[in-house]
Amino acid sequence: MTHQEVHARLRERFGDAIHEWQAPEAGPVGAESFRTYIQIAPEALHDVCAMLRDDSGLRFDFLRLISSVDRMECLSSVYHLYSYTHHHEAVIRVDLDRGNPRVASVAGLWPAAEWHERESFDMMGIVYEGHPYLRRILLPEDWAGHPLRKDYVAPKEYNGLTNE
Amino acid sequence: MSDEPTSPRTPFKGGHPVTDAERLMAESVRDPRNLTRYLYYLRTAREEGLPLLVAPLDAAVNWSRANAIWPLTFGLACCAIEMMAVGASRFDLDRFGAGAFRPTPRQADLMIVAGTVTHKMAPRVKRLYDQMPEPKYVMAMGACTIGGGPYSVHGYHVVKGIDRFIPVSVYVPGCPPRPEALIDALLWLQQQIAKERPISSRYVPKRWRQSKESPFEGGAGGCCVDSPSLNSEIPNIPLHPLQRGTCPTPLQRGKKDSHS
Repeated sequence: MTHQEVHARLRERFGDAIHEWQAPEAGPVGAESFRTYIQIAPEALHDVCAMLRDDSGLRFDFLRLISSVDRMECLSSVYHLYSYTHHHEAVIRVDLDRGNPRVASVAGLWPAAEWHERESFDMMGIVYEGHPYLRRILLPEDWAGHPLRKDYVAPKEYNGLTNE
Repeated sequence: MSDEPTSPRTPFKGGHPVTDAERLMAESVRDPRNLTRYLYYLRTAREEGLPLLVAPLDAAVNWSRANAIWPLTFGLACCAIEMMAVGASRFDLDRFGAGAFRPTPRQADLMIVAGTVTHKMAPRVKRLYDQMPEPKYVMAMGACTIGGGPYSVHGYHVVKGIDRFIPVSVYVPGCPPRPEALIDALLWLQQQIAKERPISSRYVPKRWRQSKESPFEGGAGGCCVDSPSLNSEIPNIPLHPLQRGTCPTPLQRGKKDSHS
């Protein structure tokens, strides 16, 4: 499926919850491409992902990665999907409130999401609701703050060791 | 001591003049047939008033220790790749008796901290160090373990040097260090071990020893390279009271020595 077709099929069911997002690396608008860039309203994420995985024409059966971006005005969680069946891909982005970044977990759809969401929670502080075991994956449990946020200030001292 | 030749290598700390006997002893540490190593011990034993039997014992213990340094299998980051290369056939740490990487700290003499130590890892490093039996040595391999390396300014998660929580015997700079650098550090450590006095510092009765200026008083037992008396510079060793009639007094020796 080309990205126009994927977009149209999602739009058909979810309507305004789907926005096409013209990423700079996507090439000129309207060009033939098998990579879809879409932005989703956070509350629709789980339903959209379920459709992306289960719809016979879409069949995104592989979650490549979840990353997160601090855009200062909001936090973004970005999902890269691939279909081994149809060999097309999709990049999904949800923008979250920076003060209370919460979004539904997709770990129930793709088990690979489990650790990615934990890392995203550890580094960026995004809370994935419904995650089976959401806790820090890299930093110590008692670490304060989420270090990949733009306004993060490193601690002067941790565990008796100075950080100067 | 100005008339004595200095070592071509600058010592790690201090830069004290190296005597002939010390240099010979350090260079011959791996050759059991070479007796020049005993010269140093015999000389120091005479100066310290120790029985001459003790000095060869020191030398024998040092010889066996320096040639069987068993490192801990302990790789943390990219430096570990170089450490593995040193252990493998091309560079072959076994040539120096240090190729037996032990899987447990209980059997290890040397901890090569190879790689970035994060704040999360630091308590584990400390625990492994504590589990090693004495005498134990730590090699800080690579820029990260020495001072944080590339993470020294903006790394919120990296300990800026492992000497903030464990004593370090040898620092090996590099990012990562070449295998030759690691071998060089090991040889340097062997030379430091050869200067220790494991027997005379522990088992010789106090009344045989010297006045309070003796480096053995209150020291680390002479079994640790990072003990101040052995790491910084060779201290002025006072003479035995019986020899004071004919030899210079400690005060005079101190005046003569340029590095005091």
